[in-house]
Amino acid sequence: MAKIRHPRDFAAGLMFTGFGAAAIAIGYGYPLGVAARMGAGYFPRILGILLIALGAVLVLRALRFDGARIALESPRPLLIVIGSVVLFGWCVAPPTLFGVTLPSLGLVIASIVLIFVSSIASTEFRWKEALISGVVLAALSVAGFIWGLGLQFSIWPAFLGPG
Amino acid sequence: MDLVLNLSLGFGVAVSPINLLYALIGCLLGTLIGVLPGIGPVATIAMLLPITYGVPTVSALIMLAGIYYGAQYGGSTTSILVNLPGEASSAVTCLDGHQMALKGRAGAALCIAALGSFFAGCVGTLLLAAFALPMTELALKFGPAEYFSLMVLGMIGAVVLAHGSLLRAIAMIVLGLLFGIVGTDVNSGMARFSFGIPELTDGIGTAQIAVGVFGFAEILMSLSQKENRDILQQKLTSLMPNREEIRRSIPAVLRGTTIGSLLGILPGGGALLASFAAYGLEKKVSKRPQEFGKGAVEGVAGPESANNAAAQTSFIPLLTLGIPPNAVMALMVGAMTIHNIQPGPQVMTSNPGLFWGLIVSMWIGNLMLVVLNLPLIGMWVKLLTVPYRLLYPAILLFCAIGVYSLSNSVVDVYITAAFGFMGYVFAKLECEPAPLLLGFVLGPLLEENLRRAMLLSRGDPTVFFTRPLSLVMLLLAGFLLLLIVAPQFRRTREAAFVESEG
Repeated sequence: MAKIRHPRDFAAGLMFTGFGAAAIAIGYGYPLGVAARMGAGYFPRILGILLIALGAVLVLRALRFDGARIALESPRPLLIVIGSVVLFGWCVAPPTLFGVTLPSLGLVIASIVLIFVSSIASTEFRWKEALISGVVLAALSVAGFIWGLGLQFSIWPAFLGPG
Repeated sequence: MDLVLNLSLGFGVAVSPINLLYALIGCLLGTLIGVLPGIGPVATIAMLLPITYGVPTVSALIMLAGIYYGAQYGGSTTSILVNLPGEASSAVTCLDGHQMALKGRAGAALCIAALGSFFAGCVGTLLLAAFALPMTELALKFGPAEYFSLMVLGMIGAVVLAHGSLLRAIAMIVLGLLFGIVGTDVNSGMARFSFGIPELTDGIGTAQIAVGVFGFAEILMSLSQKENRDILQQKLTSLMPNREEIRRSIPAVLRGTTIGSLLGILPGGGALLASFAAYGLEKKVSKRPQEFGKGAVEGVAGPESANNAAAQTSFIPLLTLGIPPNAVMALMVGAMTIHNIQPGPQVMTSNPGLFWGLIVSMWIGNLMLVVLNLPLIGMWVKLLTVPYRLLYPAILLFCAIGVYSLSNSVVDVYITAAFGFMGYVFAKLECEPAPLLLGFVLGPLLEENLRRAMLLSRGDPTVFFTRPLSLVMLLLAGFLLLLIVAPQFRRTREAAFVESEG
């Protein structure tokens, strides 16, 4: 069993190989055609092969040469920040649960949720401050984006009547 | 006097009150976001891209150009005052700019940066206008084989001239190409890699990918670093540089403008390379190299002029050939396609008002920066004192709303979030996202031209080597690749980036 001497290259290589393999697997049914008349699958197949090859070189190099480790830290900020954006999406257009489509919660609530939740990611999180910031920014976005730029958002939750 | 005629046409378009207003708003917003520590021009433009979609085409492009210059200038302001570069290209400005600030010469540094940039911008605009016609004529001779080879050359150049691992950068380009062809295949009408999501059959938007991979990822990376800002405490008293500083700056500005204009045209060049190269040059020709890193005014004047000149001339390949030379220009392509303009030689002939209007508006954007930013510096400094824990949620919200508003679809928000996640992984694995964006924009173009070239040659791949122009470009690309493998050049390339950092 070869030793992984360059974890960062190794992981990057695996990632590229994975993307390449996925491209080929997903695009397996796409018609290839011939070089003179390329089908939808021709170019993606080339890219997939290239990615696998490049990834493989990275992996092989990682087994031969020493190199940097991956600086791992808590995935907490990542999950919170990405999660807050997804929550924002849910508030604007709630997903269909058990066949029931929930009404939109409107921009105000969506903004406050995003600001509050994403603030938790900071090491200096203060909940009062985050709440105030959420309310202020929600008001600003309604004024700027809906009234100012005329974007299509409902302001308040749909069940409170037309926003 | 075609040039004068064309430029006056451009002035006619750009100097309408409404377009001036858009240029002004663009500069203001660009500086506003660009001044925030840790956010470079690419992220700034990505974040502001959505708000330009509702604006008429010409005005939107004018506004975007304003955003670009604003973002770049904002980055320099932060570097000088806070010693926290927004992005790599202002890292160089940090070295001497912040030292000048510590010596109480912050105002002078900011002023020289602004005036040097303005001068470089003027030269860059003239060059752009002068090169537009001949380059466009050349481009009209290009067939699909030439375009394919040109794009290959562009991508290789972008990789070679950027810093970081070559292998990774090439892989990132290929991955970008793959993301670029997601959506409906133009030839067969088949949906590719859309996972049954209707929104994906139209392809991934440039804004989603850029906001995710640059915007979100930059926020995430700054969150994992401890906040460490030493904001200038003393008041900015005078903006005027003294006579000695002016005398030393002028040659530096001239040299920076020259080197920046040249490097901006090169694929992958752009602002970053230009400022590094200009700094290196200043240090070499200076009679007082020991002063560099301790507040040498040339170390501010040279790179700042260079990156603005390069910012300007990198529009040349984009507007005449339709090939973006770097990530910022790739974003511009995204913005143009949203407005149904395919950048390339035909823009100038079919839409001269737009073309020359854009060029003139770049100059206006530069002028506005000088007029606007110098007096407003106090305000930007205030903005820098807002703690990051309050800033980043606001930026996130702004991005989320912007991305949603593109087509009033939350799926776009989720796609952006997914790219944010990916961007974080890329950053952790030291895979630069700029080549990804370049590949992403070039993906559909590359496939289309490959198909056409092969169709015309009846499946004979030697067509790329038998057409002289195409052969020349492929040879150049091969030469660039050889260069990087050659140990001599490799050392110089690494040294060029390390020296300025150390």
